[in-house]
Amino acid sequence: MQEWEDFKGTKWKNNIDVENFIESNYKEYTDDDKFLTGISKKTSKVWGKCKKLLAREAISGVLDVETFIMSGIDNFEVGYIDRSSEVIVGLQTDAPLKRIVNPYGGLRMVNKSLEAYGYHLDKELETRFKEFRKTHNDGVFDAYTKEIKLARHNHLITGLPDAYGRGRIIGDYRRLALYGADFLIESKKNDLEKITDINEDTIRLREEVSEQIKALDLIKKMALRYGFDVSKPAKSAREAIQWTYFAYLAAIKQNNGAATSIGRNTPFFDIYIEKDIEKGILTEEEAQELIDQYVIKLRLVRHLRTPEYNELFAGDPTWVTESIGGMLDDDRSLVTKTSFRILNTLNNIGESAEPNLTILWSKKLPENFKKFATNMSIKTHTLQFENDDLMRPIYGNDYAISCCVSALKLGYQTQFFGARINFVKVLLYALNGGRDEMTGDLVIDGIEPIEGEYLDVEEVLKRFDKVLAKTAKIYVDALNIIHYMHDKYAYESSQMAFLNTNPEYLMAFGLAGISIVADSFSAIQFGHVRVKRDERGLTNAFDIEFDYPRYGNNDDRVDAVAKNLVKRVYRELKKYPLYKGAIPTLSLLTITSNVVYGKHTGATPDGRKSGVPFSPGANPTQGADTNGALASLSSVAKIPYKDCCQDGISNTFSITPNALGSDNETRVTNLVKILDGYFTSGAHHLNVNVLDKNLLVDAMNNPNKYPNLTIRVSGYAVNFNKLTREQKEEVISRTFHEKV
Amino acid sequence: MKKFKEGFINSIETMGLVDGPGIRIVIFMQGCPLRCIFCHNPETWKNTSSNKMTSKEIVDEIRKYRPYIEMGGGVTFSGGEPLFQSEFLLEMLKMCKKAGIHTCLDTSGTGYDKKYLDEILKYTDLVILDIKAIEQENYKKITGNDMEMFDYFKERVSVNNNKLWLRQVIIPTINDNKEYILKLKEYVKSFNNVEKVELLGYHTMGIEKYKKLKIKYRLDGIDDMDKEKLNKLSEILNSKN
Repeated sequence: MQEWEDFKGTKWKNNIDVENFIESNYKEYTDDDKFLTGISKKTSKVWGKCKKLLAREAISGVLDVETFIMSGIDNFEVGYIDRSSEVIVGLQTDAPLKRIVNPYGGLRMVNKSLEAYGYHLDKELETRFKEFRKTHNDGVFDAYTKEIKLARHNHLITGLPDAYGRGRIIGDYRRLALYGADFLIESKKNDLEKITDINEDTIRLREEVSEQIKALDLIKKMALRYGFDVSKPAKSAREAIQWTYFAYLAAIKQNNGAATSIGRNTPFFDIYIEKDIEKGILTEEEAQELIDQYVIKLRLVRHLRTPEYNELFAGDPTWVTESIGGMLDDDRSLVTKTSFRILNTLNNIGESAEPNLTILWSKKLPENFKKFATNMSIKTHTLQFENDDLMRPIYGNDYAISCCVSALKLGYQTQFFGARINFVKVLLYALNGGRDEMTGDLVIDGIEPIEGEYLDVEEVLKRFDKVLAKTAKIYVDALNIIHYMHDKYAYESSQMAFLNTNPEYLMAFGLAGISIVADSFSAIQFGHVRVKRDERGLTNAFDIEFDYPRYGNNDDRVDAVAKNLVKRVYRELKKYPLYKGAIPTLSLLTITSNVVYGKHTGATPDGRKSGVPFSPGANPTQGADTNGALASLSSVAKIPYKDCCQDGISNTFSITPNALGSDNETRVTNLVKILDGYFTSGAHHLNVNVLDKNLLVDAMNNPNKYPNLTIRVSGYAVNFNKLTREQKEEVISRTFHEKV
Repeated sequence: MKKFKEGFINSIETMGLVDGPGIRIVIFMQGCPLRCIFCHNPETWKNTSSNKMTSKEIVDEIRKYRPYIEMGGGVTFSGGEPLFQSEFLLEMLKMCKKAGIHTCLDTSGTGYDKKYLDEILKYTDLVILDIKAIEQENYKKITGNDMEMFDYFKERVSVNNNKLWLRQVIIPTINDNKEYILKLKEYVKSFNNVEKVELLGYHTMGIEKYKKLKIKYRLDGIDDMDKEKLNKLSEILNSKN
């Protein structure tokens, strides 16, 4: 094709292979940030308007909702922010921040969300939809077993994507830019022709591929409304970014997945940008303008959610995760000038929770980039860091992070999101004969209650294993049902169109409360724990008679317990066949739901009182890590990633500026060393907040003083003001590593 | 089997970023002969603690953090006064050096056992030396001790040519004036091999600890050192002329 003439390599021209295109054409950049430019006039105008809209949205929670049209790739009129100043165009609906109604996941959820913000779905639309269409949510509840409903009701298994879009899929949106829609359609048609052996699986696949082809056609139409013909490959930097964004835009017009990440685009964009600069048709200012405006679009992504959803995942997150950096092989990194340009958006248009900028860290990354990225992290508390040296051997060098910590090989893998089990309840059910300590419901049968006054490790462990085995089975059943129904009633054809026809599926299970369970076992073993029970005979308090080692102090006596526990869980999950032949993975990640989990969970043998929040992700329990930051980091680094928690191990690290160093230059150097050390020890993920606790307390009491304060919570960044009071208090209660 | 020396430890901080270059594991040792009026760690004064460890246990603990400390960081022995357990300290320093770990001594240059001092300094890569005062009268007022041991220490670091970071706590109304800083500047010149001189602002964060330990706090009514004023004094100290 004529659009490809400027580019090297052949492999990618014959088959869809974006990775090969990048390897054959990108230019690594190892120098510093001095080339970067500021905000352009056009971007200032566009962002100025957005800021006003965002401020209005912050007051009401929702700026506007389209209630007469339902979700779909090409269902909406064009929309602009400031048409003459926008160099990247396209909005979800016909106006910025106007949200879409997506009833396919579940209609009840839609109505609840609308009601909460004072809107109503157009009556006729609702009646017709109800009459002719069944939803994912309806399907799931037709199939759910009694055991699943009970586990769900008692918060043993929570956050299941059974009433809204499952998300976590990353289409390889770059494909639209590199190949154009027509090439992709042809390729899908070829795949379809080859599926000839007819059985239940292939019938479904044939239907899905046909849906994907229709989606690609609709994407062409949608882009044409904005005046772009995406049937052919992109010819310039502007087009490459625009095409990629259109492909992503189709995903968020059609679906409302909890996390809809955008992939790993900077080396790809950089190839086009550098080519245009070389040709003299693009300046550095214009290149930055393209990236700034691309990021503005990502900051405006919205979905309609209920207030309860917000309690789980605070701050209206969309997880538009963009992965940056990483290595290509042992010598060359994938750091380009555009890696710098995208971080420079934080300078040009200020700090922001989205997109979820994720640095794929390797000790071998160019020093200049390490310094720049850590400097931006210290300045804005909006970046997360993940271990490229750990993930690259498993996922290859063209993977991206979905949501917070889930790696996916772009275009080749996708994920069935599975929320998490409340691991603490597994332990409490072991103590209480399978009964829920809050409701008294018998959730897991066949467990003999423990009756003695003091807890014995062996006795507890025997029951714990039984509860865990039964919980794992229920959990697997629930996810198999959910993803079967989601494919059936809310299939994401626009995203699947940018994946291989037979992708590998990962089923992402999750665990909340690891620190509490590990500490509880340690307390039972070393602390001589005495049980107190209520009138129903269920545990409601624990006395610990001796000090015991706690997770977060680099003490193997308890860190080994934590490690062993996650291995046990994974072993149980691996026992069952999964929908579409998916491979199970496991994460330690809570987002902000650690607060709600705690609320629904009774007192625990580690001394935690009923209702107290869990620590987020794989973090040690708030205040338990008393041997300093490295001890805390080292405990988390011991949790096994490979062949166990391959869906990610989230750790959030807060340190005061003074503890990190006396001046900014020292802080940057020190943070680079901390990250190098942490990731060399085999750890997976780190959120970094360089902040004074007092600042957060002040922000909690005087929100108006800090309209833009953004912090990292478990797996994403959030505007501090958008957290609930309880969530703010939990964040403040976390261990802040201070100067000694 | 080799018998390792035992000593009293107050606590171990695994990420010290301000007590020496790079990332430091800071070993806070128990016991101090001085009773400085501004001390914010009175819990380290007495000679024993419940935390008794062998030199090997401590060095093993330090080794756990190799990935963090090998890039320009290391271990810092602080306190209390680390020299107060000289023999024990020396054994740990030797073991660290053998393991290729950069060693730093955060000291007020007192409380040592003379017969080990030269060897201690031989195995120390950097000395962070706390100057309490530059002449006997004030030294005694601030620390409760004579300056003799400090002067001998000063002589030995010069002879051994140890790399030095000098520190001085600045306390409002006591030494927060230009005259003192100018004198200090002259005094600094009498050391060899000084890499940096830092002024630390007095703060009142230790008061709570005194209450808990039921020890009388002697600087009641004196506020935290003003940061801007401290910066100005630092400028005077570090200016070329």
